[in-house]
Amino acid sequence: MSSAQPEAIRQAFVTHVDENRLMDCMRCGFCLPACPTYIHSGYDETQSPRGRIALMKAVRDGVIAWDGSVEEAFDLCLGCRACEPACPAGVQYGTLIEETRDAIVSAKQLSVQEKVIRKGAFDHLFADQKRMKQAVGLVRFYQKSGLQSIVRKVGFLDLFPSMMRDMEKVLPDPPKRPKVLVHSEEKKTKVAFFTGCLMDTMFQETNRHTIDLLEFLGCEIVIPKNQQCCGALQGHSGEMDRASRNARVNLEAFDADNVDYIVNNAGGCGAFLAEYDRLFEKDKVLLEKAEVFVAKQIDISSLLMQLGIVEKLAARPASEIKELITYQDSCHLRNVNGVIHEPRRILQAINDTIFVELPGARLCCGSAGIYNLLQPEMAMTILDAKMEEVREIEATTIVTTNPGCLLQMKVGVEREGLAQTSRAVHIVDLVHEKLFK
Amino acid sequence: MDTHVLERLVAITGTSHAKTTVAQKLAYSYDATANFQAMPDIVLSPSSIEDIKEIVKVCAKHQIPIVSRGSGTNLAAGTTPTSGGVVLLFNRMNRILELDQENLTITVEPGVITQAINEKVASSGLFYPPDPSSMSISTIGGNVSENSGGLRGLKYGVTRDYVKALKVVLPTGEVITTGGKLAKDVAGYDLTSLFVGSEGTLGVIAEITLGLIPEPETKKTLLAFYNELEQAAETVSSIIAAKIVPATLEFMDKGTIQAVEDFMHIGLPADCEAMLLIEQDGDPAVVEKDMALVHQLCLEHGATSVQMAKSAEEAAQLSIARRVALSALARLRPTTILEDATVPRSEIAKMVKTIQQVAVKYDLLICTFGHAGDGNLHPTILTDERDEEEMSRVEAAFAEIFDRAIQLGGTITGEHGVGEMKSPYLEWKIGAEGMAVMKSIKQAMDPLNIMNPGKMFAKDTKKRIVVHHE
Repeated sequence: MSSAQPEAIRQAFVTHVDENRLMDCMRCGFCLPACPTYIHSGYDETQSPRGRIALMKAVRDGVIAWDGSVEEAFDLCLGCRACEPACPAGVQYGTLIEETRDAIVSAKQLSVQEKVIRKGAFDHLFADQKRMKQAVGLVRFYQKSGLQSIVRKVGFLDLFPSMMRDMEKVLPDPPKRPKVLVHSEEKKTKVAFFTGCLMDTMFQETNRHTIDLLEFLGCEIVIPKNQQCCGALQGHSGEMDRASRNARVNLEAFDADNVDYIVNNAGGCGAFLAEYDRLFEKDKVLLEKAEVFVAKQIDISSLLMQLGIVEKLAARPASEIKELITYQDSCHLRNVNGVIHEPRRILQAINDTIFVELPGARLCCGSAGIYNLLQPEMAMTILDAKMEEVREIEATTIVTTNPGCLLQMKVGVEREGLAQTSRAVHIVDLVHEKLFK
Repeated sequence: MDTHVLERLVAITGTSHAKTTVAQKLAYSYDATANFQAMPDIVLSPSSIEDIKEIVKVCAKHQIPIVSRGSGTNLAAGTTPTSGGVVLLFNRMNRILELDQENLTITVEPGVITQAINEKVASSGLFYPPDPSSMSISTIGGNVSENSGGLRGLKYGVTRDYVKALKVVLPTGEVITTGGKLAKDVAGYDLTSLFVGSEGTLGVIAEITLGLIPEPETKKTLLAFYNELEQAAETVSSIIAAKIVPATLEFMDKGTIQAVEDFMHIGLPADCEAMLLIEQDGDPAVVEKDMALVHQLCLEHGATSVQMAKSAEEAAQLSIARRVALSALARLRPTTILEDATVPRSEIAKMVKTIQQVAVKYDLLICTFGHAGDGNLHPTILTDERDEEEMSRVEAAFAEIFDRAIQLGGTITGEHGVGEMKSPYLEWKIGAEGMAVMKSIKQAMDPLNIMNPGKMFAKDTKKRIVVHHE
């Protein structure tokens, strides 16, 4: 439990959490069936969007005093934002939970463990692409050498308490960085590529495949050198200043005026990038810049669709059915960017696979940024239910559009003991495999 | 509450099914009614009728209030624990116990979500018609306790018309079974009907048997748009006069249409004053004939555009659009308060007019939607509970709407229940004698007043000021 005075927290809520936004919620309950934590807690209102909003308001109004039970209700929120498209009243839940976390961080002293995680992850790792690369180098070293203690001292893998064992098994072999990225001629569409800190390190192969596919479809690709982590992880954890810092760097790094699109292949990043304008509501100059930046954002599935990937896939020579594939939505791609059909259309166009809809695809897989590290119990409950569904529909390939989901699904495959027969892949890798292998 | 008593209650469900933290109690301190909030002492999730009996016995012994709660979607503060005590949850009692295809009944625990019942019976070609707008969230226990209506009330009736049998834990902890899987049953007073709509004030409903009907063969959906509210109201009267009883005959005014469109983005026009959503189901030939006539009647009464849904998906979207109307309106102002004053369907045009006049008189933003076909309208006031002066105008406006509804032979609530919110107005509808009868029933069954106290019966009745219209 926190050591901070409840009154200090209440004050922080008054300054950070917007009252009118809270009042938008009329407590009708339409959010309940959309909320993974409500469902997986056995229908506990404390773990529902309207329950959390009522708690925010009650803390702010001084109806209840801050304590550990209130804190837990906020901590257990995945931040998946599935409640937003479900809400007829248009409540901005994502903003409210960010404001809440911002209030908590500003008012209370973080626990030592959490401080270490935040400091390690936000100030160093995710703030600096060079450090991220070094950290990945360490993961690789760790994987190869098994020198656990050395890595632990550095503190990166120590962030993964009970998830650690499972995570270890699924971390992809981080590739060495390619020297030169190939550019071919006669380009129609000019695309700037947001490489993403996790995608650019642990999933570098996926990034290479992304470039291959875009070039194949006639894009000229620009990869701004000075780009940074989008800031989503910081933003979602109440570290708005740090998030804005990263956003400013990215606004500078991307010359949004001179490209047709800014593409990303990570749903979580894409949603945050598409809301950069929210970060600069009070700064007119940056807001204008952010609006241009936001207007150019697109996710890889939507861009591939626009560039005709479905036709290319359908034109492959027909062959026998090789696998049953399914798709797990990236929450933020679905709930914030509203991208639902594009990945599915692409997968349905692959002619040697059968696409089966995962019944609960719209519900979060439990990865949720660093949630699976901070709340392993709930994350695993959610994941196990998800894997049960995968088993029921007998899918052998689980496709995702976000690195966090991908890692989580890989953990799921491992936990279910399905590693021999099943796999989790990024949509880009699957499409690349089908077209070029 | 005494710690000893708390411990005894916790022992019944076990600690993992008893909620006692600050956050948990706050999360059950409200329902969907604006301006009502109160903390319970404990929230308990029984797993069986036995658990409920034990809980009720402890509560009776120590005179502790019990508020039964499904999903907390009540709109009259009926599930707000305004007297504290125990909130009784049915999140663990959510099993479908039996689908009896010979008697066409389904027996369920109270915590089953209404939509789940619909889906279950549809897979056997059967139909459970009551469909409150919240059916994807609300529980059947809540529907029975409130005698919920819905969009199909006009043709198919309301929850009461489908409740065949109940198991009820009485305020003493004893259990009674009422009714049965019977088409006919006149053995004594109709206790099943007494419990339906009793809002948790007479006992705890613990098991429900519902009657089912065969699923209609086909369904057609139509939308009609109008430049004047009155034209829509006249269309409604003309359809009924033509002896057509549509499955659904819903109305939305301009403000509601816009709020819904802001959420759904399905292309509802921004420039019309009113919209009707009309559905007919049944035998294909009859549906075809009815809808052709309805189409014609809409045009005759000034509809600027009449469109038939092209697919089942489109029809489903339109039905969702109507179901989210109330919540969508919440985007307009901080506080959303709706009523469900109901009049005989012949008086619907007069009622719509009164609502418009009241909005002007009290300078309030009122949007109206509802079940035009059965005279059940939902005038919704968009306001701000922080503004005391405006809230006093809201109260006066509702009083005038209730008063007018009663003058027209209607009622203060068609389907949401009295709860605590409308309890000051109950006497307006049923009179002092009616109140005396109801109070004597309550007194006979729950002399300790532990079953949802403070609901239905107010300490004071509001003074009725009769307003004369025209």
